[in-house]
Amino acid sequence: MTLDEFLLACQRLADDAPARIAVAASPSEFAEVRTQLVGRKQGRLADLMAQLAALPPEARRDAGRAVNEVKSRIEALLDEREALVAAAARGAAAQDLTMPARRRWRGSLHPVTLVIDEIAEIFRELGFTIALGPEAETEFYNFTSLNFPADHPAMELHDTLYLGDDTLLRTHTSPVQVRTLQQYAPPVRILAPGNVYRRDFFDATHAPSFMQLEGLAVDEGISFVDLKATLSEFARRFYGGTRRVRFGPSYFPFVEPGAQMDVEVDLGDGKGTRWVEILGCGMVHPNVLEAAGLDSERYTGWAFGMGPARIAMSRHGIPDIRILYDSDVRFLEQFAR
Amino acid sequence: MIVSHEWLRGFVPHERTAAEVGEALSRHCVTLDGVEALRDDLAPFVVGLVVEAARHPDSDRLSVTKVDDGSGELLDVVCGAPNVTAGRKYPFARTGTTMPDGLLIAKRKIRGATSNGMLCSARELGLGQEHDGIYTLDTDAPPGTPLLDVLPVGDVRLDLDVLPNRPDLLSHLGVAREVSALLDVPLRMPPELPALPSADDVAASVSGATEATADGVTVQLVDTAACPRYIGVVIRGVQVGPSPEWLVERLRAVGARSINNVVDATNYVLHGLGQPVHAFDLDMLAGRRIVVRPTVEGESLVTLDGVERTIAAGTTVICDGERPTALAGVMGGEASEVHDATTNLLLEVAWFDPKFVRGVRRAVQLNTDASYRFERGVDAGFTGKAAGHAAALIAAVAGGRITAVIDVGTTPTNAVPVRLRASRVARLLGAPVSNAEIVRTLSSIGCTLVPDGDEAWHVTAPTWRRDLGLEVDLIEEVARLIGFDALPNDVQPFRPGTVPDHPLHVASRRVREECLAFGLAETRPMPFVATASDESLRVRNPLADDEPYLRESLLTTLASRAEYNLSRMQGNVRLFEIGSAFVPTGDRLPREEVRVAALIMGACRPPHFTEPEPPAFDAWDAKALAESLAGAAFPGAVVHCVPAEGEALWHVLLDASPRPVGTVREVALDRPVWASVAFGVELVLGVMPSADVAPAGAHVHEAGVARPNSPWAAVRFAPLPAFPAASFDVALLVPTDMPAERVDRVLRASAGELLESLSLFDEFRGDGVPAGFRSLAWRLTFRHPERTLRDKEIEGRRAGLLKALDRELGVRPRTS
Repeated sequence: MTLDEFLLACQRLADDAPARIAVAASPSEFAEVRTQLVGRKQGRLADLMAQLAALPPEARRDAGRAVNEVKSRIEALLDEREALVAAAARGAAAQDLTMPARRRWRGSLHPVTLVIDEIAEIFRELGFTIALGPEAETEFYNFTSLNFPADHPAMELHDTLYLGDDTLLRTHTSPVQVRTLQQYAPPVRILAPGNVYRRDFFDATHAPSFMQLEGLAVDEGISFVDLKATLSEFARRFYGGTRRVRFGPSYFPFVEPGAQMDVEVDLGDGKGTRWVEILGCGMVHPNVLEAAGLDSERYTGWAFGMGPARIAMSRHGIPDIRILYDSDVRFLEQFAR
Repeated sequence: MIVSHEWLRGFVPHERTAAEVGEALSRHCVTLDGVEALRDDLAPFVVGLVVEAARHPDSDRLSVTKVDDGSGELLDVVCGAPNVTAGRKYPFARTGTTMPDGLLIAKRKIRGATSNGMLCSARELGLGQEHDGIYTLDTDAPPGTPLLDVLPVGDVRLDLDVLPNRPDLLSHLGVAREVSALLDVPLRMPPELPALPSADDVAASVSGATEATADGVTVQLVDTAACPRYIGVVIRGVQVGPSPEWLVERLRAVGARSINNVVDATNYVLHGLGQPVHAFDLDMLAGRRIVVRPTVEGESLVTLDGVERTIAAGTTVICDGERPTALAGVMGGEASEVHDATTNLLLEVAWFDPKFVRGVRRAVQLNTDASYRFERGVDAGFTGKAAGHAAALIAAVAGGRITAVIDVGTTPTNAVPVRLRASRVARLLGAPVSNAEIVRTLSSIGCTLVPDGDEAWHVTAPTWRRDLGLEVDLIEEVARLIGFDALPNDVQPFRPGTVPDHPLHVASRRVREECLAFGLAETRPMPFVATASDESLRVRNPLADDEPYLRESLLTTLASRAEYNLSRMQGNVRLFEIGSAFVPTGDRLPREEVRVAALIMGACRPPHFTEPEPPAFDAWDAKALAESLAGAAFPGAVVHCVPAEGEALWHVLLDASPRPVGTVREVALDRPVWASVAFGVELVLGVMPSADVAPAGAHVHEAGVARPNSPWAAVRFAPLPAFPAASFDVALLVPTDMPAERVDRVLRASAGELLESLSLFDEFRGDGVPAGFRSLAWRLTFRHPERTLRDKEIEGRRAGLLKALDRELGVRPRTS
């Protein structure tokens, strides 16, 4: 054992101890925990003491100091707690105070909402506000204004549910881009969460209606570097600073250059980290800015879109997307506050 | 798009691995969905070292060997091969390995000797026909090394997710162009492809604007909009038969089956060069003619797949001298199909209009490799060369002589140069790119750049890149070729936006908090419902017919979700949803109302040892929920629940408005006997505007965005009482049909300004209460801000109140 390993073992003992101490409810349980932790002959501290001797001489001073520190911390905790446990034992004769509290029903937010809230919170820190738009849309906002060429294979990227000849259930939240740009002058920095619809079978990985999250920043002088930097910053705050991020080419008719952002994540399946596509993004296509009535020479912008349901599923290990829609109270209550 | 690594190397002779090429493509060009070794089935095989080999005691043919498979344990393996030699290495299948033919290797006894695995021959591994003995490996790799590491066999497939903007990547040639640019290795035509036929090789070459004839064969274009160019190549004297192994291998690598040498050659040109080619049996074409003409009503054609297809009038079809013989750009006809006895061919190498092919494909619902490419756009500058390559390849693999090339019409090419400014590149990307780099990247993908001053160019895209029509298209090329990851990543200063949070979002958030505080669980069900009224909005093309309507009420979906829970024995259901209801209006679009709805049923509190069976939620809980939700949604408004007639219990009204914003009701459910009654609340938070032009917003960024007032902004501080309150109760006999609210109003009006609170705390019917009456009891609390109230004053108020009640309502106190 090296000094580092020894110090790590000390740290682990110090970390574990409070939880072990907290569950001991009776004097007899308490005595048992005390032996397990700091017993003289056996117990975890005694094990560490025994290993102290095996360390190289130059490491023993630091190791000894660390182990003594842990010992006194745990003993202080034990003493403090012992008094409480003893008092509880005396009081129990009159009234059994170990019986459960009277609880009330607790509300819960849907796991997809939790993801959206967390993402929105991060973008709020980066200066974005929330915009909304209708789910029943016109073909103009859903396709034409977003630079989808008429009668082109690009339309087949979106299997559309139609309501009428030129009305439909929006296939993405991108119509909110044009609606917002028509309504407000730049600078615009918005996040638009909302339901979208695709003509998909309802199976373990597809749903005909699901949440999407759109982001848009338009102003003079907005560049691809802004896109990269803002989305990388989002990824750092959402996934943690150590996750690597990369941008690769992609295609959406309403952005150019079009890109996708991948994040190196651990899905917790024991296969280590891998690159996962998190969102599609790109610079707002000049045709989209013009459709919204803006001068595309003067204004530039970037946009992104992502699927919070997929993030919720991988984050919580939910194997089947249908669980998100079933509304089984036993599922929803797992997310109770 | 499946790309073969080896095929690609024919075009770009590089030395990188498939994984490296895939990585380069995915970083700079196209999403890589996967890399798959075609011989993945050999992955479990390892290098096995035969340590000892001895004759089997009971057999002349068999040897008993000891094999080191790297596991640290020597395995007894029985082997029937004559060439097994101690000290040599062979492919080894451990027990549990599945052979390429599907056989599972298990531990078994062979004539009394145990065998723990198998030493394999080339044929057993699917590596050839050699079966005289086991496959000797010439390798330094230690035993246990995966076989694929020492025996590079089989091709590797790259699965590319080619999106509609890059039809040029739908061929090996197209992908090879990118690989050539990314690896800086020159592009060539693969060595397996014969040289283009020279003029001497072709007996007759003719061309025409709409018609030409040579070697007794005529090609005529009647509809040049649908088919701007059609090259017919006549090849005589072919011998249809099996393809050479290399050609079979190429096609197998991309998942295509070998059919015969002629068809395989056309498929090579499709997958290899991106040009769909069709071969007709020339002798089956009536009049030795091809006519591309509009359809006549009632025409039909049996396509290669044996299906008779009616061809819609108003489209265009490829005919011989008499009848339709191919669906243009989609599939050939069965009658003129190449078969074993075919000797003379007419090759069709055409350029069809993408929208036209898309129309045909949709009309016949038939998606083919050809239609997929024509719809997205085939290189219009390559038709002639493709015809040459196709003809030369057929002549090489099936014999025959190219007797005529009949070239009719012209292909449109996109030669319009686009102006590209270096300043615009820098501005859009956020980082300057040197002029040299711009020229290098764009040239590498086949663009021609003509300088326009020092800082701009006129860029002409190659014929295979019809997608490069705008300056921004070129900027994208520069950016992706440099690599997005090479651009800086620093957060830049930004100006705050002008857009305030959407009011419906703000209201939703407040309502949501209220629902959580009440103990409700948020749900997000699908907004489709099975049944609805005649006016309800129906999706025109639902995938499943069981739920084709859009809901008009959120309670409908919550009810079905409650039933879902009841069928799973869950009787405590407390759900809420904030979402859209679609109210039909007769207009193009429905009125989309953002609503909150809640459904409550079952125990109103969790059971506790002090209360093992808590009461179930009732209508009064629902009323309270409605009041608090409305209060949160419409801060500052006076919320009033008025009893409703019909299905609803209450309507929720705001201020003086007569139009309800919501209802409280009992929710009808398919409910087992053990379940309690469900109550629902639904409120309209607002209407989502869906006009054709979004309404102009306030452009206020100069002054900053004004946020809507907090719901609590209007609260005024009330001084905390310094003197004690006095209170008394009144129990009144109220006629059953008189609303308590009326009595409440009279009490409030006549109690005077010192009334601090008034609360109805009891209702009683029975002993001492005459029939037709009920006893209602209120507690009134009075307080004077500056002194203690005297008993006499209180008594006086009580008397006054009772007098007023008698006078105005005829209501008297209960005496007993």
